[in-house]
Amino acid sequence: MAIKFGKTGEGEYELDVKGYTCPHPQMYTKKALQKLGSGEVLNLIFDNPSSGESIIAMVEGEGNEIFDRQNGDGAFVWKIRKG
Amino acid sequence: MSSNVAETMNGIRERSMLAHRGGYTAIGISALVTLLSVMLLMMDTRWVYLLVYVWFGVAYGIFLQYGRFCMASAVRDLFAVKVPRMAVGVMIATALFSITAGLVTVSGYSTFHPHPLGWHIIIGGLIFGFGMVFTGGCASGSLYKSGEGNIASMLVLVSISFSQALFADLGSWSNSLAPSSWAASAAEKGMPEELSVTDGWFDLFTTGYVWDLSGGTVADALATGNTWLDVFVGNALLGAILPTIVILAVLYLTTYRKGYMRRSKLEAPTFADEMRGFWGMLTASKNTALAGLGLGVFAGLQMWATGALREHYNIFNFGELLQKMGYTEGMSIQQTVFDPGYWYITTQEAQLGGWILDLLGRDMMDNVFFGLENGIPNPLINAPLLMSVGIILGAAVLALMRREFKWKVPNMETATFALVGGALMGIGARLGMGCNVGAFFAAVTNGDLSGWIFLAGMTLGGLVGVKAFNMWLERKTAGDVFDI
Repeated sequence: MAIKFGKTGEGEYELDVKGYTCPHPQMYTKKALQKLGSGEVLNLIFDNPSSGESIIAMVEGEGNEIFDRQNGDGAFVWKIRKG
Repeated sequence: MSSNVAETMNGIRERSMLAHRGGYTAIGISALVTLLSVMLLMMDTRWVYLLVYVWFGVAYGIFLQYGRFCMASAVRDLFAVKVPRMAVGVMIATALFSITAGLVTVSGYSTFHPHPLGWHIIIGGLIFGFGMVFTGGCASGSLYKSGEGNIASMLVLVSISFSQALFADLGSWSNSLAPSSWAASAAEKGMPEELSVTDGWFDLFTTGYVWDLSGGTVADALATGNTWLDVFVGNALLGAILPTIVILAVLYLTTYRKGYMRRSKLEAPTFADEMRGFWGMLTASKNTALAGLGLGVFAGLQMWATGALREHYNIFNFGELLQKMGYTEGMSIQQTVFDPGYWYITTQEAQLGGWILDLLGRDMMDNVFFGLENGIPNPLINAPLLMSVGIILGAAVLALMRREFKWKVPNMETATFALVGGALMGIGARLGMGCNVGAFFAAVTNGDLSGWIFLAGMTLGGLVGVKAFNMWLERKTAGDVFDI
């Protein structure tokens, strides 16, 4: 599998790290967020539950906001707005 | 049905933890384990000793999955993404287990024995800590993640089992790698011929080096004559709680405080502000904190339960009970099996590896680890091994209920990391005489300061592992993926 990161719209990006286990999802999320400007949105897709808690702590600790969380069949889709 | 009712039913089904396919599977697994337990007890009530291991394993698996409780994350995420969540969780669990373990000890039911102190502990911790960064989980973490459908974690279990078994049964070729003083010391021990303790690096290491070392608990050192004082002031307070407070303070000051003050817009924080900030760090991840509390309580309960059962059946070791029940195969020459009586992870995995290698024709009993100390019982009656199975099943049940279960097939890179990292974890665990649970968590909470030394090694190994991992990632993602 490959990391998929790209722009999906005006001020909107998507990072798909399905298939990756700790610590990849959290480290790639960190790298991806560095590319966003303030107020822009990252759609994060991952399927490793354990990474979730670390992502929450990392993302919110840096002043960003996870404003939507969906999960089903082991896949998580989170929307993060950069602070 | 009207569309409103249909919508409501769908809504309920969506929010329900049981009324979906994963939920049904979870119910099925729970029912099966319950049924098997009842059947075993009906056949012979003495199976309760083994079932205690199984059901505590299930409880651990539930707490671990619930709190995403992984000690690898404690070190790795701290260094890789500056997130102290799991480090905090581990400290909470440690503080609490030290109290419950203390209660078990003063009531006389403790099954804990301190580890001998020596260089092997920090070196084992180093190798273990390095390996776990690449496998994506610690020893207990790999069990609960297997329960989530993570096949890479299952590969870790495979390699950690075989690497330990092979390491404990190293042949004559490895003798030259050991200092000659070990061979001399091993020979003096007068061990039975069939164990061949002067043959094989790990036998020489164990009988010629480790057996000459000593260990003890803080309670042993204090020896005031008052058991409550020795255990609660010595083991719990001095041995565990004070160090955890120091570590939590360091975590707060280095990773949490700055962000907290910025978010709270505090420019000249008072002591009360700092305390609020500290509390904020402790409760930042409720699931993790709750899991830590749960693990601390249940780990203590297991010690008590097993200790009480040993008293009831008048045994020191499950091997005695198995023999009374008619099972005589696979015992050590002391007629014992591995039976710690508390949460432990690695030795039973080594036994599984040993059992399979034995099946494939290799003599696995001509060494100290299996032949003298732990035996290689049939996996179906290996109580600690079934505890590990319980952890996997408990995690699976919760993951299924929460719709988080998913079979995840690793790519070649992840699979390689899992196998090699798992092998390193196995070797590190045997050198350090345990893993994050057996050599750290169970030790420090019972007043055995060697646990902190293992943690130090694990932390250092984890730091080096993160640096190596980062270098690998930079090379892999250089130039294309994140440049858009």
